Amino acid sequence: MNIECPLPAETEETIRLGHGSGGALSQHLFQNYIYPHIKNPWLDQMHDAAVLPVSGARLVFTTDSFVVSPLFFPGGNIGELAVFGTVNDLAMSGARPLYLSCSLILEEGFPLNTLATIMASMGRAAAQSGVQLVTGDTKVVERGKGDGLYINTAGVGVLEREWQIGPASIRAGDRILLSGDIGRHGMAVMASREGLAFETELQSDCAPLHAPVRDLLQAGIRVHCLRDLTRGGLATALVELSQTSSTSFVIEESAVPVSEPVEGACELLGLDPLYVANEGRFAVFVAPEQEQPALEILRRHTVSAASRTIGQVCTSGRPEVILRNLLGCERLLDLLPGEQLPRIC
Amino acid sequence: MKFLHEYRQRNDIERIAREIARTTTRPWTIMEVCGGQTHAIVKYGLQQFLPTQIALVHGPGCPVCVTPLEIIDQALAIAARPDVIFCSFGDMLRVPGSKRDLLAVKAQGGDVRMVYSPLHALEIARQNPTRKVVFFAIGFETTAPANAMAAFLAREQGLQNFSLLVSQFLVPPAIAAVSGAADTRVQGYLAAGHVCVVTGYAQYHALADTFRVPIVVTGFEPLDILQGILMCVRQLERGEHRVQNQYARAVARAGNQRAQDMLQQVFEVASQSWRGVGEIPASGLRLRAEFSRLDAGNIFARERSVTRDDSGCISGEIMQGRKKPADCPHFAGRCQPGHPWCPRKAPAPPITATATRSPPVMKSSHEY
Repeated sequence: MNIECPLPAETEETIRLGHGSGGALSQHLFQNYIYPHIKNPWLDQMHDAAVLPVSGARLVFTTDSFVVSPLFFPGGNIGELAVFGTVNDLAMSGARPLYLSCSLILEEGFPLNTLATIMASMGRAAAQSGVQLVTGDTKVVERGKGDGLYINTAGVGVLEREWQIGPASIRAGDRILLSGDIGRHGMAVMASREGLAFETELQSDCAPLHAPVRDLLQAGIRVHCLRDLTRGGLATALVELSQTSSTSFVIEESAVPVSEPVEGACELLGLDPLYVANEGRFAVFVAPEQEQPALEILRRHTVSAASRTIGQVCTSGRPEVILRNLLGCERLLDLLPGEQLPRIC
Repeated sequence: MKFLHEYRQRNDIERIAREIARTTTRPWTIMEVCGGQTHAIVKYGLQQFLPTQIALVHGPGCPVCVTPLEIIDQALAIAARPDVIFCSFGDMLRVPGSKRDLLAVKAQGGDVRMVYSPLHALEIARQNPTRKVVFFAIGFETTAPANAMAAFLAREQGLQNFSLLVSQFLVPPAIAAVSGAADTRVQGYLAAGHVCVVTGYAQYHALADTFRVPIVVTGFEPLDILQGILMCVRQLERGEHRVQNQYARAVARAGNQRAQDMLQQVFEVASQSWRGVGEIPASGLRLRAEFSRLDAGNIFARERSVTRDDSGCISGEIMQGRKKPADCPHFAGRCQPGHPWCPRKAPAPPITATATRSPPVMKSSHEY
């Protein structure tokens, strides 16, 4: 039997939702259609934010767009997300977040009192994060051409320490710490969007992470890398860091906390919590001797009170993430091709 | 988490594994019928707890894998119509037809919606009276009662804009087809626990007798599966061929009578085409005549596909236990989860059931 087959013709390649999933399709989009046209050394840092030397200081610059649906979900709304998301991207470079921009894309017909509620949330979130929204823009699109409200925020922070925090600083032997249980935001939004009623309400973990990071650095913990877990979840973040740093990680599945409501919802829908989105969790890479002091500092903050070590960086090998499961078997974590879809079987 | 963690404990699993090793004296080939079991086997690496004499082969019990190409092509054509809202279970969205998949149709403007239940599709129909809402009613006996309920309620409530594109399969005829094949390697079966929650397992006795194979109704957690294997191996070693119920916490011998009643009220047994396998008599369900007004297959007859799945794809052989996913030369090479590959004629962008993107047999194998 001849089972050779011709290359599938990619005749009508268009953007699909999976391109926004943070997985392999997102990577394909960036590597092939975006990066080649704009590449530069700052972009090559491949971190959540770019570190830019400006007149003797080191500024950190980042941007993010927020298109969450529904706009209000248990545990937060798009406004808080837009502030915390950008604050967290700055914090993950070790920076002190300073100023944010705020661009609103509003759909014709959007209720102004809803906008006021969201802006009030943004104001509170900014105060909580110690940043100010210093510039912005509003655009209105025709009814049906937006999903009520999209928000883009960009943020500037300042790096006050010498060493580089990022994938390039990850070293063999580093301990990988996780700041709490995973999957809350993704499941809260999904339950809210799809009208799924669970016995226990799922709450997003949406929160600012600058304070625990600040305290780690002030205490002299020489953090090698930080990464907040957003779309694509813990697994995607680890795979990306492994690829960027050309190191391999071993993760103990039993050490990764998943709350019972999230686990139950994931079991029901056939989803893997390792790939479910978070908005208030982060991973910390530190040398083994700083593992315990780092954990102690992290645990002083509500947002990272349940921090624990979930794995470590291996001495050699290919850039890969090995998950040692509850039964002692090992499997490789990979990027998902696109959106994680509920399984029927 | 209660009723889950108890079945994932390493000590218990190793204890059953030791018992399997003690019991096994020669090579046995056992088929896990359900895709959910396949998923658990590869996810938890259960094969490594088994002696080398025990070969597990993946069965045909995965609706996503066996839904025939012509139905998927018809689904894609219906979904592309501007007057249609097409509703589907999540993992069907990525299963490719001969040219594209439902996600691509959505990207090109089709109103394709993922639902968690056919009753959700019914709700969408109520909310959109000017649109035709079509639900892709796929699956085995597990999904059939809820799909039947959607048809029943649609008729009851006089919903004029709701229909079902039906591709329903039955497990026992598939086991008969695998067992009856001249070159079958399968010596024992782990029957699909969730299917038996609905149907019970009375009808499996005839299969066990006819083909002289042990059939163990088995659950989906690691401990369930190893225990099912142990029960199966014990029978094989003793030369027995009985039906046993490992999944007694969920499955009663007679199944769920109310679900069966609903199913029989709406559906009747019919010949069914299986992707990669072909037509198997009396192996599927179709809407009864009194529900024909809800049959999207007829309503959208112009969208019916004449596609023939003549690709030479080996998925049918995988699901009949003759081959493993890695036997395909493209597996994990040109065929990747994000870029599935399959032997289809140019210029069609791909995939049949060997593709790693969609059918979970291959996808599970690839991911783990």
